[in-house]
Amino acid sequence: MEEKNTPMLEIRGITKIFHGGTINEKRALDNLSLTINRGDFITVIGGNGAGKSTLMNALTGVFPLDEGEIILDGKDITFLPEHRRARYFGRVFQDPMMGTAPNMEIAENLSLAYRRDKRHGLRWEISAKERELYAKELARLGLGLEERMSSKVGLLSGGQRQALTLLMATLVQPKMLLLDEHTAALDPKTAAKVLEITEEIVAEAGLTTLMVTHNMRDAIEHGNRLIMLKDGKVILDIAGEEKKNLTVETLLAMFSRVSGEEFASDRALLS
Amino acid sequence: MLSFDTLLTGACQGLIWAFVALGVFISFRLLDFADLSCEGCFTCGAAVSGVLIAGGVPPALSVICAFFAGCIVGIVTGLLHTKLKIPPILAGILTMTALFSVNLMIMQSPNINIGKHNTLYDQVNGLLEIGRRYSALIIGVLLVILVVYALYWFLGTELGCTVRATGDNEKMCRAQGVNTDNAKILGLALSNGLVAVGGSMLCQYQSSANSTMGVGAIVIALASIIIGETIFKRARGFVLRLFGVAIGAVIYRVIVTVIIDANIMSPDNLKLLTALVITVALGLSAILDSAKKAIKHRGSHKKGGA
Ligand SMILES: Nc1ncnc2c1ncn2[C@@H]1O[C@H](COP(=O)(O)OP(=O)(O)O)[C@@H](O)[C@H]1O
Ligand SMILES: [Mg+2]
Repeated sequence: MEEKNTPMLEIRGITKIFHGGTINEKRALDNLSLTINRGDFITVIGGNGAGKSTLMNALTGVFPLDEGEIILDGKDITFLPEHRRARYFGRVFQDPMMGTAPNMEIAENLSLAYRRDKRHGLRWEISAKERELYAKELARLGLGLEERMSSKVGLLSGGQRQALTLLMATLVQPKMLLLDEHTAALDPKTAAKVLEITEEIVAEAGLTTLMVTHNMRDAIEHGNRLIMLKDGKVILDIAGEEKKNLTVETLLAMFSRVSGEEFASDRALLS
Repeated sequence: MLSFDTLLTGACQGLIWAFVALGVFISFRLLDFADLSCEGCFTCGAAVSGVLIAGGVPPALSVICAFFAGCIVGIVTGLLHTKLKIPPILAGILTMTALFSVNLMIMQSPNINIGKHNTLYDQVNGLLEIGRRYSALIIGVLLVILVVYALYWFLGTELGCTVRATGDNEKMCRAQGVNTDNAKILGLALSNGLVAVGGSMLCQYQSSANSTMGVGAIVIALASIIIGETIFKRARGFVLRLFGVAIGAVIYRVIVTVIIDANIMSPDNLKLLTALVITVALGLSAILDSAKKAIKHRGSHKKGGA
C-alpha cells in the first residue's frame, strides 16, 4: 500500500478556453493548480459556470487543454486520450441518463465496466462466475437490482441508475472517483440514499474522490477537504480541523471575504 | 392473379434484401448512425461479384470478396466521421458519391452481364436440380439463418457489446474505456459488408449488375426493418429481433412483387409507394403517441376537475 498524504493527482496551471478568439471567448479554467493527496475525499462547490464540470472533463480528457499539465500518480496523462484514461477515473455524471446504456441489460452494463482496463475480445459476454460477482455487488446497493440483472437499464428510476453508475465507476477500482453533482437530479430522499452508498463505497476502498455538489450542507458534511471554484480558479481550500468545524455560516462569510461578493446572489449554492 | 410463382419470386428477392436490411439495422438502429453510403455500397458488392465471376472466380469466393469490399466502404465512412469529424449523414453521402465513380471503375461499363457464367444459384441448382428459384429459396434461407446467428454471436461478444453500447450511449462508453471511434468503424464495416453481400447476391440472382441498381436500397432496407419491428414488437431476445428484420425484408418484397405482378402499379411508381409506406409507418407511431398523450391529458384533466 502506498503511503497516505503523497500526491495522487497534481494539476499544474491548467487553462481551458472555449470559443477562443471570438467574442464568446470563455476562460472556463484559468491557470488552475491543485494537488490532491492519496485518499483525499474533496467536495467541490462553486456557482453555475464556475468551471466545476470543466475541471472534471479536463481530468478525464474530454477535450485537450490550452495550457498546463496533469500528473496522475506520478504519470503525465495530459495528452492521453479519453478512453485510455477511463481505467484511472471512475465517473458519475449529473444526468442519470448519461452514465448507463439504456437499451442494454444491467448485467451488460456492468460487464462493460468490468472490462474497463481490458481489451475487448471475441469471448462471449458474461460468464456465470461474473454474474455471481455482479449479483453480490448489486446486493450491496440494497435496491434489489440483483434480482433484475436481465432488465434493460432504461426501465430503472433515476436514483437506481445513479447507484448503478456508481457501482460501474468503482467495479474495477479506479485511481480516482469523480462525481459531478451526481445527486442533483434526484429527489431529496433518493439523493440521500445515493450519497450514503457513495460514502460507503468511498470509505471501503479508501478511494481518492472529487465530489462536486450544489448543496453546501453535503459539501460540509462529507469528505476531509473542501474547495470552492470561481471563474475557473480555486478561491477556497479548506482541510483538516478547519473543514471539520465548518458551518454554512462560516463558509458564507469566507466566500464573501475571498470573492468580494455576496453569496446570496448565487442561488445554486444556497439550495 | 396471385400466383404461387409470384410469391416465390418475391420471397427469393426478399431473402437477398434481408442482408441489406440486417446491415442497415446495424448502422441505423444499433449504432444510431444514418449511413447513406448503403446505396453505393450495394452496387459495389454487385460490381465486385459480377466482375469476379465474369473473370472465372468461384461465385462463393466472390461473395466473400464483396463482403470485404463493403467492409472497406464502411471503414472509409467511419474514418471520415471519426477522424475528420464529418457528421454521419454527410460522411455517408460523400462515400456514396465517390462510389459512383469507383463502381464504374470496377465494372468498366455501366452494366455487366454474367448470364454465360455460373452463379451460386446455378451451382446449387446443378446439385439439387429442383429449379433455379427453389435453389434460390434454399440458399437464401440457409444464408440468412447463418448470417443472423453469426451476427447474434458477434454482437454478444465483448467486442460486439462495445458496438451496441457505443450506439446506445457514446459518452458512457468512453468513460468506461471503450474506444468509441473504433467501435463505430467496426460496426460500419460490418454493416456495409452485409449490404455489399446483398448486392452480390442480387447480381447473381439476376445475372447482371448495373451502376444504378442500388438506388432506393436504403429506403427498402428501412421499410423492411420497420415491418419486421412492427410484427415482432413483442418479441423478446435479440435473435428474434434480427430474424424480424430479415422476415420484414421478405414480407416487403413479396408485397412489392404482388403489386407489380397484379399491375396495380407500374414499377416506376414503386419508389413513391415505398416512400409513402415508410412515411405512414413512421408517422403512425408519432400520431398514435400524440393521440395517447391527448387521451391521457384529458383523463388527468377530468381527475383534476372532479
Ligand atoms: N463545451 C463547451 N463549450 C463552450 N463553453 C463551455 C463548454 N463547457 C463549458 N463551457 C463554459 O465554461 C464555463 C464553465 O462551465 P462548467 O464547467 O460547466 O460550469 P459548472 O461549474 O457549472 O459545472 C461556463 O461559462 C460554460 O458556459
Ligand atoms: Mg456542472
